[in-house]
Amino acid sequence: MENTKCSGCTGKDPKMEEILNQYKQTKDNLIQILNEVQEYYGYISEKSMAAISEYLSIPRAEIYGVVTFYSRFTLKPKGKYHIAICLGTACFVKGSEQILDRAKERLKIDVGETTKDGMFSLEATRCIGACGLAPVFTVNGEVYGKATVKMMDEIIDKIMENPE
Amino acid sequence: MKTLEEIKEIRENKIKELDLRVNTASDTREKHILVCHGTGCTSSKSPKIIENFRKIIEEKNIENVRVIQTGCFGLCAKGPIVIIRPEDTFYAMVKPEDCEEIIEKHIQKGEIVERLLCKDIDNTVVKKLDELNFYKKQKRIALKNCGVIDPENIDEYIAFDGYKALEKVLFSMSPDDVIETISNSGLRGRGGAGFPTGKKWSFTKMAQGDQKYVVCNADEGDPGAFMDRSILEGDPHCVVEAMMIAGFAIGANKGYIYVRAEYPIAVERFQKAIDQAREYGILGENIWNSGFSFDLEIRLGAGAFVCGEETALLESIEGKRGQPRLKPPFPANEGLYGKPTLINNVETYANITKIILNGADWYSSIGTEKSKGTKVFALGGNVNNTGLVEVPMGVTLREIVYDIGGGIPNGRKFKAAQTGGPSGGCITEENLDTPIDYESLQAIGSMMGSGGLIVMDDSKCMVNLAKFYLGFTVDESCGKCTPCRIGTKRLLELLTKITEGKGEEGDIEKLETLCRNIQKASICGLGQTAPNPVLSTLKYFREEYEEHIKEKKCRAGECKALMQLHIDPELCKGCGLCKRNCPVDAINGEIKQPHVIDTEKCIKCGTCINKCPFHAIKS
Repeated sequence: MENTKCSGCTGKDPKMEEILNQYKQTKDNLIQILNEVQEYYGYISEKSMAAISEYLSIPRAEIYGVVTFYSRFTLKPKGKYHIAICLGTACFVKGSEQILDRAKERLKIDVGETTKDGMFSLEATRCIGACGLAPVFTVNGEVYGKATVKMMDEIIDKIMENPE
Repeated sequence: MKTLEEIKEIRENKIKELDLRVNTASDTREKHILVCHGTGCTSSKSPKIIENFRKIIEEKNIENVRVIQTGCFGLCAKGPIVIIRPEDTFYAMVKPEDCEEIIEKHIQKGEIVERLLCKDIDNTVVKKLDELNFYKKQKRIALKNCGVIDPENIDEYIAFDGYKALEKVLFSMSPDDVIETISNSGLRGRGGAGFPTGKKWSFTKMAQGDQKYVVCNADEGDPGAFMDRSILEGDPHCVVEAMMIAGFAIGANKGYIYVRAEYPIAVERFQKAIDQAREYGILGENIWNSGFSFDLEIRLGAGAFVCGEETALLESIEGKRGQPRLKPPFPANEGLYGKPTLINNVETYANITKIILNGADWYSSIGTEKSKGTKVFALGGNVNNTGLVEVPMGVTLREIVYDIGGGIPNGRKFKAAQTGGPSGGCITEENLDTPIDYESLQAIGSMMGSGGLIVMDDSKCMVNLAKFYLGFTVDESCGKCTPCRIGTKRLLELLTKITEGKGEEGDIEKLETLCRNIQKASICGLGQTAPNPVLSTLKYFREEYEEHIKEKKCRAGECKALMQLHIDPELCKGCGLCKRNCPVDAINGEIKQPHVIDTEKCIKCGTCINKCPFHAIKS
């Protein structure tokens, strides 16, 4: 899902410009900018990296190095419904692995992948800090606490039946 | 902009208004409905509860009632939590549709809604917060304001002695006085290693440099720990104030807080706190005409556990890959952008204002000989009262697990507790009476860590647990040094082999040698402590490793490859539940007769174990 918003013949994406212009052109703003780009586009495209590289005068290779170092940044777009299952210790002890296995089985994808139709993507996260409700998972950021395999089934069913 | 006099005026006026928050005998006609807005309760729809309360109050035109969103009350297991002050009525597991009843009965008629009252572990109904066993052994210092004030309202913070410590420091103490007070208090770093805070401050003060920095480490990476997040969400100003005091003491005018991007509520609240403090002229140039200037900025983490290591964190603030630097030089001499830098974690800062206001003697009177004050733990896993607890140092683990935590659910037995996360070790039944302090925990092969405390019952396999932690460190190793990058991978491979029933004679010895090498040769704390979960489970549960290798048996039944299920005919009542739920029809038997599992057909899915009400299915 490469961004195709047109802005005349400059080829520049106005939203990207807007993000960049909030920051001073110093190297230490790289991670802040990447966080915003990830948040807005759902991933970091080559085009985004090129724009950031030009703006901050950092080689693209170095930006790629930073992007691949941090688990929050992804190079591929996420699914419309991004399911993240917490594998922090508290959730693990309460059986979140079974819930993850179930999601993998149902969606037929592995962790870090997106279904072919672009509907679902799956992530195994480390602690999201809701340990009191363990095990937990999130769907597009909404937290489901005291989760069960059945709950995961119901949510996947609900989305599949009514994709909007 | 507010002058110091104006701030004092706010404090005086506001505290009268907020007396009912802390004084059950308050003679006010007002009522405050406090709703927890921490991550735990927010996940179970507390924002909707706040919205409903406000809507109903407006519709019914009720006067003298305010709805306040607060930070974490601690007892996440019973959330969402609603507390009504001044009477201190404690409602648990409130749903958005319960709001109407609470307003009509409690607020309008003065009757308690009995069905929403919280039940303690022994089933007694509890009316007030203090009556819960969960709170009886706790002492709240770092969490003092959490659950009392509205974290997004600076005036409420000011009312409860907020920015009073800063005033005291700026106008009646020298930087050396401040450092001496912190040193004498005995406060030690709450991030895990327990380095004396006063010493760290004094080293950074003595370091030469035209520019110095104060940094707050809020990259709470230990999976299963959420103390720092709760402090930032429930009382962000106390960290702002403490960082300013640190800046004054070491001679810095600029601070950074490095927060995980996975904590959106904490980030948002902290940003609000900074904005409000700037608006009031508390952050900025020449604060209250004292000649001291300070400003603060948030830097977001991006999901790398190693960034909790102080030098990796500095690299990350500078916009680079978070790989640790070689030490020395230590950050106190060469830190952020090569300048002297003070780094403390959130909980350490949360103690500072209280020490300044109440004195070093007061603080050092709490705790044990070498570990002073309190420690916040995130209690999780197989324990009844999961949540956030703050206890004086020296309390025993047994008190935390049984008195505060309410023991192990589902009639299971305690097996081990894990502190220190992927860097720590486990504590067994025999060591449950060890007092919690830095040295005692280290002596039994664990560590204080940042405060994650995970309780495990006898259904947990310790080899699998070690494998879980190594899986974590393999993922999170930054790759800079070989012992950690490759060593942890080899450890994980060995553990995987053992849990899959392919373990061989000599594997345990290999594990031990590898562990020692990784400990000695890694460059940062992540690698040096990565083998701890293996060493500590080997120390206390060696026989489980041996069973896995020699007998190909997993007594907890977690390692599926080793599972051989059978039904205990003594315990089986022949109810047929297992037979009906088996997905491959591997269970045979007549009703009211003991059933049998056909091990040829069995796929070891574990469904029958979960379904059997008599615990008759054994592995």
